Amino acid sequence: MVRKPFFGLGKPKLAYTQIDDIGTGIQEIPPPEKVTLFLEMTASNVDDLVLSTGDEVQTGQCLRPFPAGKSYLTATATGVISDVSFRTDPMGRSGLSVSIEVREKDLWDPEFEKTGMKPNTETARAFLRGLPGVSDFTGFIREDAPLRAIIVSGFDQDLLVATNQLSLRNSGPQLAQGIDCLQKITGAQKVIVAVPPALRSEADQGGVEVRVLDTLYPGALPRLLIERILGVTVPSAGGWQDVDIGVLSAEAVIALGQAYSEGKPPITKVLTVIDKKERASGVRVRIGTPVNHILESLHITLNEGDRLVFGGPMAGRGVYSEEAAIGPTTDAIMVQDKGQVFATFGDACINCGECVRACPARLPVNMLIRLLENGLYEEAAQEYDLLSCVECGLCSYVCTMRIPIFHYIMLGKHELASTGYLEESNG
Amino acid sequence: MDNQKLFISSHAPYWHNGSRLSVKNYHMMIAALPAVVMGICQYGAPALGVVALSVSVAIIWELLMNVVMKRPVSIGDGSAALIGLLFAMLLPASTPWWTVVLGTFLAIVVGKQIYGGIGCNPLNPVLVAVAIIFLSWKGLLDIDEALVNYDLGFFMVCPLAAVKHFGTSAVGDFTVGGLLMGQYPGAIGTTFGLGLVVGGIYLMLRGMIRWEISISFLVGVFVTALIFNLADAEKYAGPLFHLLTGYTLMGAFFLATEDSSSPVNFIPMLIYGACAGFLTVLIRNIGAFVDGTVFAILMMNVANPLLDKIRPKALGKGIDHA
Repeated sequence: MVRKPFFGLGKPKLAYTQIDDIGTGIQEIPPPEKVTLFLEMTASNVDDLVLSTGDEVQTGQCLRPFPAGKSYLTATATGVISDVSFRTDPMGRSGLSVSIEVREKDLWDPEFEKTGMKPNTETARAFLRGLPGVSDFTGFIREDAPLRAIIVSGFDQDLLVATNQLSLRNSGPQLAQGIDCLQKITGAQKVIVAVPPALRSEADQGGVEVRVLDTLYPGALPRLLIERILGVTVPSAGGWQDVDIGVLSAEAVIALGQAYSEGKPPITKVLTVIDKKERASGVRVRIGTPVNHILESLHITLNEGDRLVFGGPMAGRGVYSEEAAIGPTTDAIMVQDKGQVFATFGDACINCGECVRACPARLPVNMLIRLLENGLYEEAAQEYDLLSCVECGLCSYVCTMRIPIFHYIMLGKHELASTGYLEESNG
Repeated sequence: MDNQKLFISSHAPYWHNGSRLSVKNYHMMIAALPAVVMGICQYGAPALGVVALSVSVAIIWELLMNVVMKRPVSIGDGSAALIGLLFAMLLPASTPWWTVVLGTFLAIVVGKQIYGGIGCNPLNPVLVAVAIIFLSWKGLLDIDEALVNYDLGFFMVCPLAAVKHFGTSAVGDFTVGGLLMGQYPGAIGTTFGLGLVVGGIYLMLRGMIRWEISISFLVGVFVTALIFNLADAEKYAGPLFHLLTGYTLMGAFFLATEDSSSPVNFIPMLIYGACAGFLTVLIRNIGAFVDGTVFAILMMNVANPLLDKIRPKALGKGIDHA
């Protein structure tokens, strides 16, 4: 945990982890006995499901739960489906969970190879929806209006995390191939690689424009990255789709290139595991591997009262079960000893202004928290810029009264989304 | 599921920079100590009595209000003790006990608790108490009247009162060095200028007070006093004199910077501080009172909500969708 320095009259200066500080090796974790894949969706009629328990699946096979639906999962192991059910996963998302009992030998599904592996929109849509590091890659493919630019980020989203940097350091030569495929698939006019100074030489191999940026948190969050590199401001109530500029992780682009060169959809994910002493190390696992399998392999034990987080210390998501499975966007798992867990309080804000100083999106956090505490979400969005928040967590980090400000902000956004306020303001 | 380990799950972030209110308040008290100790050394046991009584009674009022309002006991956060200490620092050593008890009541109960406690007070609680006492019992806070029986071996005339009534020729004996070292009569904790400046710089560097407010307040006092001085050097004292006398340094570092009643955005902080400094000298030079710091800061406290509306445009605000 980084404490406030003795002399500190400005905003907090937290740096992203540098690849050179943690070692560059990626440890391979053997496949687990069971993988669990998760497709976020609203619960539909279970009778329409075409997947069922006992089905044989092959590695790389597309699992379509509904024949008419566009969404699918990529099986990351060969085996038998042991469970198909709608449920809320340990991250709090609701959707379809598919578990596969893994057989020892991988049999690859030949469908993707059969297409001839031409990098185009059809093959990408049909096989590469779930690239590691992206929740849905098909969102980047737009036939009618291709994206103006795609930023390939060699930065990680959170402190202590080095997943993207590890991918780039270990697979730098494949970056050019990935960018080439990316341009063919998305038709993006411009691709820019953004990296921290330590990864400049790897980024140069990509063959496109490279931007080297400083490593001050939270400068690499997508909204801030778009503004810093292209000078385009993403509207507060929208996302990158509104400015036709996408941000993809370097890991995803490298995986894209590898998929087309090897004829196999990506089934693994690079992860940063942060142990109780805040040491980070890189591992490669099958997507869908339960956390306890990874922790056992690394000899990390969790006890009652400890904390398990998917993601980093500033903006990660707490999970309540060791059974939770690694998804394509899980960049890190962090464990915290119960001694490191600090309490938050519901006391009143004293207006010390630390949060206002720290906020990278220039929010009036001191006023915002007063409205959010009282459930005035719409007013918070209209008058005090709730939707401009970039979700970095610095406000809670610096709060003198230890108010869970970030939690209040996310609750406010969630409430607005569920009441349909966002659609109205978008329209 | 029954034998599953239970984890602590909460929302991000999972780090905290370790700051807390009690630490902040205790450090503010530490920063104020040099000036307080100097005051006690100068005025002896009566000064110690005022400080000790003020701090302890302030804590008792806070505890009583916690009980009456059925709120969690909040005396541990140091805020009541800090209010008590700052209030004592603004009093002359001869202040009677009942004034201290009443003053801390006004600060803690009327200034802070009736609005809902810490963070909810629109005005600085200490200044509310001082202003009410000052307006109700005029002689109590009049330095010349209160310290009439003291002779500490230096010129025993309140410099601000002297310059107001007799012009700059009356304060020719006060040197900058003497003012910095507390060689003039005044309230317990306000005369040792050097101690206050050192404490203030410490607080600014530690990020415990907002440096923008302190600096702009001092600049406001300096510039306004300079303009008056240039206009009529016979009648109005120079900027350094105004910076080092009365409640100016207390105001800059300990009073104007009170969290809840001051703005947090950059430009509002500058306006707030500069205007408070400007008003301070204005009241001193052409107003009815000898020292204007109390009313100047209270006036700007009232303007604070309006000032804090001046703020930078948030990221992505007001941009149309494509």
